[in-house]
Amino acid sequence: MNMSTNTDFTLAIEDLTVSFDGFKAVDSLNFYLDRNELHVVIGPNGAGKTTVLDLICGKTKSTSGSIKFLNKELTNLSEHEIVRAGVGRKFQTPSIYENLSVMENLEISYPKGRGVFGSLMFKHDAVVRDKIMEVAKQIMLEKSLHTEAGLLSHGQKQWLEIGMLLIQDPQLLMLDEPVAGMSVKEREQTAELLNKISAGRSVLVIEHDMEFVARIAHKVTVLHQGKILAAGEMKDVQKDPKVIEVYLGH
Amino acid sequence: MSFVYEKLFGDKKGLIGFCILAALILVVFPVMLDSFRLNLVGKYLTYAFAAVSLVLLWGYGGTLSLGQGIFFGIGGYAMAMFLKLEASSPENTAIQSTPGIPDFMDWNQITELPTFWIPFHSFTLTLIAILVVPTIFAYIIGAAMFKRRVGGVYFAIITQVISVILTVLIVGQQGLTGGINGITDLRTLNGWDITSDSAKNLFYFINCFLLLAVIIASRFILTSKFGRLLLAMRDKEDRVRFSGYDVANFKIFIFCFAAMISAIGGAMFTLQVGFMSPSFVGIVPSIEMVIFAAIGGRMSLIGAVYGTLLINFGKTAFSESFPELWLFLMGGLFIAVVMFFPNGLAGLWEDYGHHITKRFGFINKFFDKSENTADSVELEGSNS
Repeated sequence: MNMSTNTDFTLAIEDLTVSFDGFKAVDSLNFYLDRNELHVVIGPNGAGKTTVLDLICGKTKSTSGSIKFLNKELTNLSEHEIVRAGVGRKFQTPSIYENLSVMENLEISYPKGRGVFGSLMFKHDAVVRDKIMEVAKQIMLEKSLHTEAGLLSHGQKQWLEIGMLLIQDPQLLMLDEPVAGMSVKEREQTAELLNKISAGRSVLVIEHDMEFVARIAHKVTVLHQGKILAAGEMKDVQKDPKVIEVYLGH
Repeated sequence: MSFVYEKLFGDKKGLIGFCILAALILVVFPVMLDSFRLNLVGKYLTYAFAAVSLVLLWGYGGTLSLGQGIFFGIGGYAMAMFLKLEASSPENTAIQSTPGIPDFMDWNQITELPTFWIPFHSFTLTLIAILVVPTIFAYIIGAAMFKRRVGGVYFAIITQVISVILTVLIVGQQGLTGGINGITDLRTLNGWDITSDSAKNLFYFINCFLLLAVIIASRFILTSKFGRLLLAMRDKEDRVRFSGYDVANFKIFIFCFAAMISAIGGAMFTLQVGFMSPSFVGIVPSIEMVIFAAIGGRMSLIGAVYGTLLINFGKTAFSESFPELWLFLMGGLFIAVVMFFPNGLAGLWEDYGHHITKRFGFINKFFDKSENTADSVELEGSNS
């Protein structure tokens, strides 16, 4: 059973398969992610990119295979347990609490008072405030702490959701299309942000914008029909004829 | 800090609203109304417990329960069982074939007090039962549903079905529950006549204080991180789940708390009205409670109390003169509120209240010795 072997990787996915009514969205996938690595997954629509993230964070249950995070098997944990183990995930469309302020969005994501009674007794003390300020600065929203989140620009919403993950200090950060709908300037700022926050943790990004991918990726994996088509450094992957054929060359 | 709060209660505004309500039910009603009318208001205010519980559960939690009558009923029946046992002392029931058991049991050829009735000989155990039984019942329902991620309209339907089942059960088990007539002919509480005017007045005030306490406790929940989590869950449940929270536990807790509040209302109902029957358990009362909360404003704890009072005053006034029209009127009112004023009375006050307060603004000036008038002008501007 190679499923139980321990590895030095932050994330080790082995033989992962999920099938929906016989259709294999992810097909015996093997994938490894190192600490301090910023890894981008690209691929055409329907390649199974988002499904892989869903599988890691527990939103979708795998049919077979193993997902190990810091040598802890994730496939049998529930969503909140996976988060508490140190996996944070940003959704494709900004998923924030529109009716609450930026500060409240961050406060809710703060990793204390996660139980029913803990949340009733939760105190918004100096430690919490400092942490919120620190994260707000990182995501360039320190001036908008009291703004209702629904009023932020699309790009700022994306940053806020990233901040909501950062405040939990996850060891693995997964971002699904973090620059979708952003202006050129916002993309640059986001690239900078991602380069900064990948220190000390692993970051897994799904993205379509190749220019952006080139700016941030340490490694790139190309998914196609639930399988890995190519993997490696961006410049090598871009030259790969298979990749050009199914994804880049149109 | 908190947007929704600033809008609805705010720190100072919330306090003022609370004080106005307290003054109204503790001073104005008792002074202005005769004993009969005051008892009627007391009865209405017991429904307000259920309406407040729906503000928490439905307004903030986003989970509509069409079965708050279940818990109102459990609380009411628990109290009624105690009072009935006291009224059925062997001396009082000497003419029955089995003295010492409630009369309806005797009529149904039951010769021994059923086991589940025995704890209700004790007033302490009864009070505990009023709080604990509905909470446990809600926990079972809540755990069964929320852990399986059943929510929304399915939850509403299932709670409604449970309330029907409970009604059928109560009506069917006449020997154990008093059947369709309910538990009637309640006289004393620890030897003290509960039908006297003085007792009814006292119950009225106890009821008011309990209601105000429930509102404060609810507000404590809503202003804590828990309250913001409720709103967050209503908005983006997945985001909360993927922020490391076990969403089901939060829903179960608020459902249990809502059940307990409703049960307190039910128990106070029995004390003030003097009987309990299945007609306060089923679909109609459960839906009426939702209407009270909707009309008062489902995001406002205090609004729910006003909504309850308004609808019940209307019900009494109209059903005295046009009994057959009342249900249509209430249905129409509900539709109008949902379509045009989704935040109910509290929402109307939010939108138009400042016109009224502006007109009375000169009153503020008498009290406002402040040096910071300029500040408040600025604030007013920035708010709009």
